[in-house]
Amino acid sequence: MKIVVCVKQTPDSEAKLTAQDGQPSWGDAPLVINPFDEYAVEGALQQKEAIDASVTALCIGPDSARDALKHALAMGADEAILVSDPALDELDSAGAARVLAAAIQKIGDADLIFFGRQTIDNGTGLVPAQVARVLGWPLLSLVGQMTIEGGEIKVERTIEEGKQTARAKTPAVLSIMQGVGEPRYPSFMGIRKAGKATIPVWTLADLGIDAPALVVRRAKLLNPPVRDTKCEIISGESPAEIAEALADKILAEKVL
Amino acid sequence: MNTWVYIDHFNGQPAPASWEALGLAKTFGAATALVFGQNVEALAKTALEYGADTVLMADDPALSVFSPEAFTSTLAALVSDSPPDLILFPTTSLTRELTAMLSIDLATGVLVDVTSIELTDGQMVATRPVYEGKLLEKTTCSATPQLITLRARAFPKPTPETGRGGEIKPVAAVADGAVTVEKFVSGQSGVSLTDAGVVVAGGRGVSSDPAEGFRLVGELASVLGGAVGASRAAVDEDYIPYANQVGQTGKVVSPDLYIAAGISGAIQHMSGMRSSKVIVAINKDPEAPIFQDSQYGVVGDLFTMVPALTDAFKKKLGK
Repeated sequence: MKIVVCVKQTPDSEAKLTAQDGQPSWGDAPLVINPFDEYAVEGALQQKEAIDASVTALCIGPDSARDALKHALAMGADEAILVSDPALDELDSAGAARVLAAAIQKIGDADLIFFGRQTIDNGTGLVPAQVARVLGWPLLSLVGQMTIEGGEIKVERTIEEGKQTARAKTPAVLSIMQGVGEPRYPSFMGIRKAGKATIPVWTLADLGIDAPALVVRRAKLLNPPVRDTKCEIISGESPAEIAEALADKILAEKVL
Repeated sequence: MNTWVYIDHFNGQPAPASWEALGLAKTFGAATALVFGQNVEALAKTALEYGADTVLMADDPALSVFSPEAFTSTLAALVSDSPPDLILFPTTSLTRELTAMLSIDLATGVLVDVTSIELTDGQMVATRPVYEGKLLEKTTCSATPQLITLRARAFPKPTPETGRGGEIKPVAAVADGAVTVEKFVSGQSGVSLTDAGVVVAGGRGVSSDPAEGFRLVGELASVLGGAVGASRAAVDEDYIPYANQVGQTGKVVSPDLYIAAGISGAIQHMSGMRSSKVIVAINKDPEAPIFQDSQYGVVGDLFTMVPALTDAFKKKLGK
């Protein structure tokens, strides 16, 4: 059983972002593995322990994105591959999906592809379903718990309206949710191993594909309008009196 | 321009933002609604009442449960018959999958979770939040049909016209997909967080008695006809399910009224609710950053202030 986990590098979720000359800037905040992708790595490592699966982490990005892959290795992934090519500097989600699908085919014999639910940078959440469609494999999205047996995967999905149990034959593409459990911290041994690991870099030529056509373009990046508010602190003699005054203020706003 | 609008639903219950999408489509010209599922004729009629000029209805057992593959193949077949320039969708977890797969079949792009659209020189320029609402981008799609999903509550909801007629045209379903759904257990009912006009949210401030804290938050939400939200801190501590989380790694909401009880206002939380019309903060700590983005604040304990506010609204709203 071979699991490929697709990860991305993003600015840390605590980072304060600003748009500067049309580019995002996060100051000296660190770049990290996309927080949702840590759940995908965790889910894969649970299967590595349960059924002796091998786990390959896969990432598209510049050379610095190695650090996201090293995090996956330090958590316990067996190997990591970086797809990096100057022609991929501008990439929309469908393009990323086509490149990932080509890399998955080059890796070969993958049974399951794991994604986080979405990234916290562009946050389209489209790529897992796009990869499934390119490969022609079933999509099982928003998965918490799963069992794999005899060429079939059975999952519990947390959808908006409740919990759904579904199954499909492998190979399949999954997006993994919080229900899988908290991602483990890299161990000391894991960090040492990751530090020494060689991460192969594949270019588009290695994948045997051209750069995908860019269909969705960013025309402009903006800072959101400043919320021009002055907070009016409501005070009074008793909670009841404060609540009375606050309720009147809210009713006067005509938002109910 | 003829715009198609996909009416998203779960077991016939429409996602309210579908009607907002229909309202937007009408501002561009004629609107064709797409209604897929099984026994969905009532929903097709509702789409006419909300302003659709025509409904393309695929009513078929093969579409009884949402399958991104089957719904994609059904829609892709319609597009190849008579391609529209633009297809609008409400942003939901189902339409993310549907539009994603369509973008591959139709070699086009998706603009996701759009909050405003302008037409410049015949080209749609969409604005959408990125980096979990910390920044905005203006974005375009150069292929057709353009697929655009609209954030809930970002566009006005049209008023339905009871009994309004129009053509409901049956179309063929295309069976596709290899996922078998075995079981479904319905979750908590009530107002969906992203569609709610009022959200009352609790945070770490409930920690001395989380169950009681969220009971009080829930009571206020129910008096105001709203939904219950939570900060990441409260979800991480297992006070409340992840489905209620607002902010980075959770849901983005923009209600008319957001009441934050015992939430300090970390940047990750604020990015998920700062587009709310009126923000009210209740917090023991007068230095809590949440007050900076709030119109009204109360420095006090949520365990006394929230029930007091519930009582005040019960009286004033006659409940």
